[in-house]
Amino acid sequence: LLSFLPERSNLAGVQHILLVLSGKGGVGKSTISTQLALALWHSGKKVGILDVDLCGPSIPRMFRVQDNAVHQCDSGWVPVFVDQGKSISLMSIGFLLEKPDEAVVWRGPKKNALIKQFVADVAWGDLDFLIVDTPPGTSDEHISTVEALRPYKPLGAILVTTPQAVSVGDVRRELTFCKKTGLHVLGIVENMSGFVCPHCSECTNIFSKGGGEALAKHAGVPFLGCVPLDPQLGLSLEEGRDFIQEFPQSSAFPALACIAQQILDRSSQLSS
Amino acid sequence: VLVLQLSLSVADCPGTSSAQAGRAAACQGCPNQRLCAGGAAAPDPAEAAELRERLRGVKHTVLVLSGKGGVGKSTFSALLAHGLAADEAKQVALLDIDICGPSIPKMMGLEGEQVHQSGSGWSPVYVEENLGVMSVGFLLSSPDDAVIWRGPKKNGLIKQFLRDVDWGEIDYLIVDTPPGTSDEHLSIVQYLSAAHIDGAVIITTPQEVSLQDVRKEISFCHKVKLPIIGVVENMSGFICPKCKKESQIFPPTTGGAEKMCQNLNVSLLGKVPLDPQIGKSCDKGQSFLSEAPESPATSSYRNIIQRIQEYCEHHFQEEKII
Repeated sequence: LLSFLPERSNLAGVQHILLVLSGKGGVGKSTISTQLALALWHSGKKVGILDVDLCGPSIPRMFRVQDNAVHQCDSGWVPVFVDQGKSISLMSIGFLLEKPDEAVVWRGPKKNALIKQFVADVAWGDLDFLIVDTPPGTSDEHISTVEALRPYKPLGAILVTTPQAVSVGDVRRELTFCKKTGLHVLGIVENMSGFVCPHCSECTNIFSKGGGEALAKHAGVPFLGCVPLDPQLGLSLEEGRDFIQEFPQSSAFPALACIAQQILDRSSQLSS
Repeated sequence: VLVLQLSLSVADCPGTSSAQAGRAAACQGCPNQRLCAGGAAAPDPAEAAELRERLRGVKHTVLVLSGKGGVGKSTFSALLAHGLAADEAKQVALLDIDICGPSIPKMMGLEGEQVHQSGSGWSPVYVEENLGVMSVGFLLSSPDDAVIWRGPKKNGLIKQFLRDVDWGEIDYLIVDTPPGTSDEHLSIVQYLSAAHIDGAVIITTPQEVSLQDVRKEISFCHKVKLPIIGVVENMSGFICPKCKKESQIFPPTTGGAEKMCQNLNVSLLGKVPLDPQIGKSCDKGQSFLSEAPESPATSSYRNIIQRIQEYCEHHFQEEKII
């Protein structure tokens, strides 16, 4: 994989960089990254998503572009565009694999090398927001991504958890990671927070309730909101459809819209 | 215009212990290439002998894997351990190699416990007389402590867990892993080759976003010649406690684990429905199987555990004959 040295850094046109993290797997990082991107796009912003989960890249399929390929241009790698207007763009190892079921069995050093290339060589152009979706943990991918992005002063990190103690326990460690690496915490999202039965409207707290909010309070970081479990959201993601546009009546929509608004407010504060 | 692609031969690390280490096409551009080519990363035969000796008393080893995070690997590992240890005549050990997100101590009700050293090595932390546990969680002094380590350091600790822990005579060693196909997974397979791995149990949830990662994990198992005992489909449907109607919260849009297992010719060990009590039990550090014996999820888990036991015993018999 050749590395390019463009005259102007490929991130120079990106206004705000935000990372989506969690110590815990399967809490909805990629889901939240995708929904946040869509919500920001619907409010007129140009958004990119950089997927640095090299073992389990979920982003391409969530936009139904899993079969797309990555091309090169003079300034580097061209990200994959989701829309006609080229205002949502993606980069993921998912686009670079010959066969989608092949495992990327890499140790740390090789993962780190690709992440550095992802940060330096993707020709994003002008973006309002670059969202960086990460795998769970506090290891190679996270250390390398934060190091590579440091010169570009990221806006901060959104931490995603589910309500139960087992998840919160890992997210506490992720908060420590942010503190140690000097990454500002924009806030915590409590995902899968309650399930409303579509048949009878009874709400069941399948994964408990309140852990994310309590953690935010304990750690002194903003609480961005609770997103309930909504099978329609899951279905949208499976089929790579635009949930924000199709399901404004969904129970998850207000929470997702609110999270996006808080990000917009924070970024305007900083810009002014 | 060049299209970028990682071809198969370029994608995979051959393994630091492989004869191809540093020499394979995949090694081009890897920062460790020179080290591997020079043999620096090759396993020390004395070390391998030491591991073999240490693990001599382990009869059966089961790895619990998933490409995907949050599907219930640790939950399953904990319940498998409890299930097997219900037979007081069996000695069971649960090893948690998720270094960044160690969930096992909490799930086993062992938060705050520390590891003690003796002349014979590190002592596992015992839940029951016949059920011992080891995790990096026991080595951390605060719940906020983060283990921010790169791969090589994680590998070092995993080796210590196998070499320095005084496991004793064990009927079943269950290894809980983090999601992915990286350092921890390569290392545990490499180090445990000194002993004998019966096979891997792979956990998934029904939706395609999980299955697409799990297919990669199955591919990983084939690559490292790790037998697959079978797949467990977790969070498979939810029955509303009020109206008793079923909802597919994580919809099997591409046929779920059943279709994937058919396509890839692996065994489907069973499907476990969502039950809010499962998460609660995990948070409290109690065994869900004891807390909710009547739950449909409990009978699913018990059936799956039995099938795993049968697989291990059957293969043990086969090997004795050979």
